[in-house]
Amino acid sequence: MRLNYILSDLGIGLKRNMSMTIAVVVTIWVSLSLFGSALLAREQVDLMKGNWYDKIQISVFLCTKDSGGRGCSGAEVSQEQKNRIQQVIQTNPDTAPDGVFSESKQEAFESFKKLYKDSPIVSTVTQDQMQESFRVKLKDPQRYQNLVSAVAGLPGVDTVQDLRQYLDPLFKALNGLQVGALIAAGLLLVAALMQISNTIRLAAYARRREIGIMRLVGASNFYIQLPFLLEAVLAALIGAVFACGTLWVGVYFVVMQRAQETFRVWQWVGAAETFRATLIMVVVGLILAVIPTFLTTRKYLKV
Amino acid sequence: MIRFENVSKTYEGQSKAALLNVNVEIEKGEFVFLVGTSGSGKSTFLRLVLREHRTTRGHIMVAGKDLNRLASWRIPQMRRQIGTVFQDFRLLPNKTVAENVAFALQVIGKPRSHIRKTVPEVLELVGLDGKEDRMPDELSGGEQQRVAIARAFVNRPMILIADEPTGNLDPGTSVGIMKLLDRINRTGTTVVMATHDVSIVDQMRKRVIELENGHVVRDESRGVYGYQH
Repeated sequence: MRLNYILSDLGIGLKRNMSMTIAVVVTIWVSLSLFGSALLAREQVDLMKGNWYDKIQISVFLCTKDSGGRGCSGAEVSQEQKNRIQQVIQTNPDTAPDGVFSESKQEAFESFKKLYKDSPIVSTVTQDQMQESFRVKLKDPQRYQNLVSAVAGLPGVDTVQDLRQYLDPLFKALNGLQVGALIAAGLLLVAALMQISNTIRLAAYARRREIGIMRLVGASNFYIQLPFLLEAVLAALIGAVFACGTLWVGVYFVVMQRAQETFRVWQWVGAAETFRATLIMVVVGLILAVIPTFLTTRKYLKV
Repeated sequence: MIRFENVSKTYEGQSKAALLNVNVEIEKGEFVFLVGTSGSGKSTFLRLVLREHRTTRGHIMVAGKDLNRLASWRIPQMRRQIGTVFQDFRLLPNKTVAENVAFALQVIGKPRSHIRKTVPEVLELVGLDGKEDRMPDELSGGEQQRVAIARAFVNRPMILIADEPTGNLDPGTSVGIMKLLDRINRTGTTVVMATHDVSIVDQMRKRVIELENGHVVRDESRGVYGYQH
């Protein structure tokens, strides 16, 4: 098989179909970028879950004079009540060994001041208004219900907070975004598929004379298909390379430059995850080019 | 070389058969005219030999192979043994004479050295030496048909199929084309030619197979065109 003949044919084909080829490249570019972002979003959610669920703790806030929780009687929590609560937590089977920390009013005030150090609210709040609390680590972060119900309602307990309550909606939102991105990517990928098969139909029509003679003199089907295949693969590869570039740029500017600096506590997707995503994108892009090309050429180049 | 055994062909969606119970045997090296009015089944006959269609009933053997049993991926190989020429030449307008002929070898993967050697030879055989670099639209009809014959013959096929090769040519030019086909036939190539050209058939005195409404109504060696319609 003569490579230079095939290559010159490929060049002619690409030139003839320039506008369609560009359309295919752009569609694949955008759809694969979305697809890659969805992949990364998923990695991010997993990372955050691991990160947060690891640190997750239940906060048991104790009564102050002003608090109106079920276990409060309008008075400060007494030492006796505190001992009793600590005992209940420590003996609970779901509590991690050495998983109980108590936070005094002073400590709470310190961390409050740190958290809101630039806010005028600090000057209006006194140490006395802070709530004492127990922070509990769990053996298995998924099993928090048991401890929450054991502690809630004990005398001296104002409220029991489980961080999951706050994080789960966040994760749900992230998941929703990810699903949305995947659906959009999927629709665009379908559009790319149809565009490729359309492009090939046009190209086959433009080259119908050559194809007719090739069939007549006994060129193999693969030989007839090859220029189309190369054309589609090349367009898909260009689109995939652009998409990978887009993803890297996005990760660099949004994650590495901004998010990672702003939210240092969280773990963020990095080079490894991005590299993995781009590999998948290239493979998907190639499959996307090869399958419709084979189907369409089989249909239009039937012997 | 070509054998039709009880071959019938009905095209999809049509009630009338294009060919009906055709039994024909064409030996290696024969020159056969296929005559008959339009719609008599000549083109169907040729298309079946090329395996562009399958028979509805019956078998066609080409070079000892049953075309109905041929896997579709083997069809290209089979077609390399058959050269084909049409009334409308079917040259590629953006390629020179030599490139048009070379194309047939390139696309079946022949090495470049072979192509460089064979193409001038076959162009000389068809009488086009010196016109290698002309474009098809710079040539006369007869010359264009010679290019088409060169392309059909360049791979030295066992069979040459010609579908009205002189249909677009004036009588004088047609005689030249027929001489060329005769020369090719003398190299041992089986030639099957469908034609309407009475004077050519009468002059050549070769085997004549006449089709009418899908039936073979006459098969004579050294025949003439037949009844004057």
